[in-house]
Amino acid sequence: MAILEVSNIKKSFGKTEVLKDISFTLEKGDVLSIIGSSGSGKTTLLRCLNFLETTDCGKIVADGEVLFDSEDKTKMTDEKIRENRLNFGLVFQNFNLFPQYTVLQNLTLAPTLLKKGDDVTIKQKALELIKKVGLEEKADFYPCQLSGGQQQRVAIARALALNPKILFFDEPTSALDPELTMEVLNVIKGLKESGCTMVIVTHEMAFARDVSDKVIFMDGGVIVEQGDPEQVINNPQNERTKHFLNRYKENS
Amino acid sequence: MSFLEVTAFLFDGFKISLLIFAVTLLCGAPLGLPIAFCSMSRFKIVKSISKVIVWIVRGIPLMLQIFIIYYVPGLLFGYQLFGQIDRYMFIEYGIADAGRITAVLIAFALNYACYFSEIYRGGIESISKGQYEAGYVLGLTKSQIFRKIILKQVIQRIVPPMSNEIITLIKDTALANCIMVCEIIKNAKELAATKALIWPLFFTGVFYLVFVGVLTVVLNKAEKKLSYFRS
Repeated sequence: MAILEVSNIKKSFGKTEVLKDISFTLEKGDVLSIIGSSGSGKTTLLRCLNFLETTDCGKIVADGEVLFDSEDKTKMTDEKIRENRLNFGLVFQNFNLFPQYTVLQNLTLAPTLLKKGDDVTIKQKALELIKKVGLEEKADFYPCQLSGGQQQRVAIARALALNPKILFFDEPTSALDPELTMEVLNVIKGLKESGCTMVIVTHEMAFARDVSDKVIFMDGGVIVEQGDPEQVINNPQNERTKHFLNRYKENS
Repeated sequence: MSFLEVTAFLFDGFKISLLIFAVTLLCGAPLGLPIAFCSMSRFKIVKSISKVIVWIVRGIPLMLQIFIIYYVPGLLFGYQLFGQIDRYMFIEYGIADAGRITAVLIAFALNYACYFSEIYRGGIESISKGQYEAGYVLGLTKSQIFRKIILKQVIQRIVPPMSNEIITLIKDTALANCIMVCEIIKNAKELAATKALIWPLFFTGVFYLVFVGVLTVVLNKAEKKLSYFRS
């Protein structure tokens, strides 16, 4: 059974329709990359799935549990929205670490506040995750003392601290230079090897091709093409996909 | 009058200045917080009322506000409410003065609360939306996000503008002498009038300077203590 089923999602801001009928499924342990030009609705889709935006229409099912269904008219309580969010983790483009907390405290804050175990267990788990992203010697540093790539790795570890079923990335390397980009991409590759289910919005085409099990190309709020990464990126069928990928090849 | 006698007399006045300073901070700083939240309210009416109050209080000279608060209740109700409060609260300190002290304290606390509220509002609104969203996706409640994530960043950002206001405040206390409250400058003027001594008036500057010096050191320390992170 799919770990994520998204059906017929629609979202408008005022009169602008940003998402027009988006549907896809994701299997457990798979990595899905979403590519497409700016303004195609990729980020809005992630934000809808993480309940940072209210979806207008459609249905979101995670691991068999209905998180959102526009047919169901009972009002979403704040409590329910918070529970929904805990199914997923989200890594932002500009990290959004909490500046007044150390790396370790960034990881332990939410589990402690949500009473996800005793302090010792939470701390141990956090230290393991910090080690997993290769920052064990930086546990007591503040975010401002770290490079962008290190900050993003902390953000990944922070999202993992709550054991999300799926980890979402919103252009995780767009704010980084090529060298720092590599260290973050390597962490994501490592996560794939450990079986983490991920959805990645990215402009790194080579990376998307290498790491993904499935690629979605979005344009103008719809999914234009989806499927096997080799097929979508190396041998696209749709004209718009071809056009988009050609411009990438010209630039690289 | 000897130098020591003059200094002691001026210091009696400066104690009143310090009282106004302390009460304004202790009442005005907390009072600014609900005003700031009202100014950011989702409810348009609450927001408008709050903004109008801030506009009026910041738009009228503090001296005029002191006059209004001291004279208008008496004119309207013919009852010396502040005089009662003065006698009740301050008589044992020997400074009860027909409601003058109470009126000045109210005017100052209200006035500074409005200025503080705008500093708080600026501080809160300057925190990026991403900080809230990072909290949301970690399943935290709005109140947890505010208390555990936003607040300290706001405090770090408002310390410099607050320091500015606090330093202005001690000098503004001199305005209390417009309704004859015996603060330090009023006392110095009294020496000029009754003893023909003009130098004490200039000498009052030293009291302010010393106090502002101490404040500056303390506030800089606070600023430094909060500079361990960059938001």
